[in-house]
Amino acid sequence: MPRFLAGALAHSTSHKTLDQTFRPVARKNKMLEIKNLRVSVLDIDDSEILKGINLTVKTGEVHAIMGPNGSGKSTLANVMMGRPDYVINEGDILYDGESIINLLPEKRAHFGMFLAFQYPAEIPGVRPWQFLKAALDAKADSRGEEKMSVRDFSKLFDEKVAAVGIDPQLVKRSLNEGFSGGEKKRNEMLQLEVLKPELAILDETDSGLDVDALRIVAQGVNSMRSPDRSFIIVTHYQRLLNYIKPDVVHILVKGRIVKTGGPELALEVEKDGYKQYASVGASA
Amino acid sequence: MTLAAPPTSVDKYASAFESLDDSGIPAWLFAIRRQAWSNFSDLGIPIKRRGNELWKYTNLRPLADADFEYGRIGLVSLDQITSKGPWDNAWDTVVVVDGNFSAQLSSLKARPGLTAGSLADAFAVGTDNVESLFATLAGRENYAFTALNTAFAKDGAYIGIAADARLETPVHVVFVSSDLAEGRATYPRLLINAGENSSVIIVESYINLSESPQLTVPVTEIFASSAARIRHYRIQIENEKSFHIGTTRVHQKADSSFTSTSFATGASIGRNDIHTQLDEPGAECKLHGLYMTSGQQQQDQEISTTHAKPNCTSHQFYKGILSGKSHAVFSGRVVVERDAQKSVANQKDLNLMLSRGARIDAKPSLQIFADDVKCAHGATAGHVDRDTLFYLRSRGVDEETAKAILIRGFADEMLDEFEPAALREFVERTTDDRIATLLAESDILGTI
Repeated sequence: MPRFLAGALAHSTSHKTLDQTFRPVARKNKMLEIKNLRVSVLDIDDSEILKGINLTVKTGEVHAIMGPNGSGKSTLANVMMGRPDYVINEGDILYDGESIINLLPEKRAHFGMFLAFQYPAEIPGVRPWQFLKAALDAKADSRGEEKMSVRDFSKLFDEKVAAVGIDPQLVKRSLNEGFSGGEKKRNEMLQLEVLKPELAILDETDSGLDVDALRIVAQGVNSMRSPDRSFIIVTHYQRLLNYIKPDVVHILVKGRIVKTGGPELALEVEKDGYKQYASVGASA
Repeated sequence: MTLAAPPTSVDKYASAFESLDDSGIPAWLFAIRRQAWSNFSDLGIPIKRRGNELWKYTNLRPLADADFEYGRIGLVSLDQITSKGPWDNAWDTVVVVDGNFSAQLSSLKARPGLTAGSLADAFAVGTDNVESLFATLAGRENYAFTALNTAFAKDGAYIGIAADARLETPVHVVFVSSDLAEGRATYPRLLINAGENSSVIIVESYINLSESPQLTVPVTEIFASSAARIRHYRIQIENEKSFHIGTTRVHQKADSSFTSTSFATGASIGRNDIHTQLDEPGAECKLHGLYMTSGQQQQDQEISTTHAKPNCTSHQFYKGILSGKSHAVFSGRVVVERDAQKSVANQKDLNLMLSRGARIDAKPSLQIFADDVKCAHGATAGHVDRDTLFYLRSRGVDEETAKAILIRGFADEMLDEFEPAALREFVERTTDDRIATLLAESDILGTI
């Protein structure tokens, strides 16, 4: 078996597996439920990073997951999207009541999940336009929907390029190659806005951004907030949450969610740091 | 006292040389051929690799051991050629079948400033004083393959561009090996003579209609007069049992510009050896290329430029995509001679490795004898990492499509250089076909 598939298939627990014809129906009140999720790094012993995560995100909600470096925030974001570098030791991730942990990343994208990367890959020669069209076509194909015409897509693409404030010349070139940190994040927002996911996960999208770029990211998220769409915003700092007001804030420390609360929790972290939670994380 | 080993495989070519029909060839050519044969018979096929920089990484033993017939000319139809290689009815096309010009298959419009046709005819009538050009860049030196080609030189193609002529329609020279069953040796020869301030687009392609192992040993000599502009493309798509050992020699005068892009995917052992001599101030050359290898193929790029005079510029940029158990060599060399102040030279070779069994030997080198120059070089062998693959898949692109997109993305920079529409379409189609094979033999793509 090729190594890159291992993560998606090598789970130790058995689950109801979704086949490739899985097509979620568009309806409200879908829920993402993470149940007692324990995750290790593939091929590394004693590497458990997530130690029993429980999380429920209802459609239309915006959740923030905050935590110090090394708490497992990025792992959680990547595992939700199906990154093949991890092994799920225990627990499950359900979307609309169905387990998704055996689904390939592309299948998760087809039913409406999206991950904005902390470090988007630089891909020489692949033009953002072509790539996004291919992604949109694949999604339409999988859902049995009609593909968008090149003309309509061009129009949509140009609109969104303007909206996220990327230099149009830049996106004619290679995907992310030669982009500054801010440009890469804007490009993630561009993809988010074109692909219009049901559940968007932003993995430290705010890192390395100046205030202007931060505003653009927030604007993108805020303009896309809707009763049919949920967001999980993974961040170290509170500052992005000045622009995006979350419904729920979770504090993740050492692989466990140690506290859940309202937006005020973010301000608490801002004021007192993560140290106050360290003992909770260790003893839980 | 030890006896030197006799030159390898000379006997295999001797009877063909002795039976050459010399009637009607000019005396000067006869003399050049005799001398070339004499050189080849001293050298033999270069199978020695240790201490032999030119052939250090490529094993020619399979070629040296093989037998090839010489002299038969097969029947070829236009359809066979157009379905195999690049083609555009609008181009001026010179077709050379098994080393011999075919008037029937060629399509040449009367175009002011262009002389295109048989090299044998040019020899016979002395077109543009061909005697003063032929084998001045390749064929008299101590190199086995140019010697072998020159020993058998009797036909091929001649392309002359008159001074000040600006030709916008590409001239396509197709060297075809016909579909005769037996393995044969052919020695294609091309001579391009661009007059002062002229401009021309040349497509030089090598296609093989046979499925048996062929030996193609082409030599191309290109003369760029002052301020001439030559846009050259070289397409090598011979069958994967064949041997293609090509040599291109370019001489550039003041302010001339020579840009060449090579596309090499064919042959069991393929060699693209090109040298540009920047012999007067202000000359510029760009040597680019894409090579793709799979199975047991060996693809060898021997790229060199000599800056002989000041204010010249050279760029070497090649890309390789390697899969299976294939092997590629990039040997790039730039020599900046003592007089060549204000030279600018750069050199780059990037390789995408798709399998553990594939191997690249990249050897960029600069030899600089002037002190006021700007030179840079570099070579890399990389792979598609799993982060990149996951990134594409997370957007909904399935794994196989994502891999194809990534390989194609790597190649695109070179494919963009193929400007004539029909040529561009051809290299894109061929690349996409090749990607399927490369992927099938890939075992490390997206795993590291």
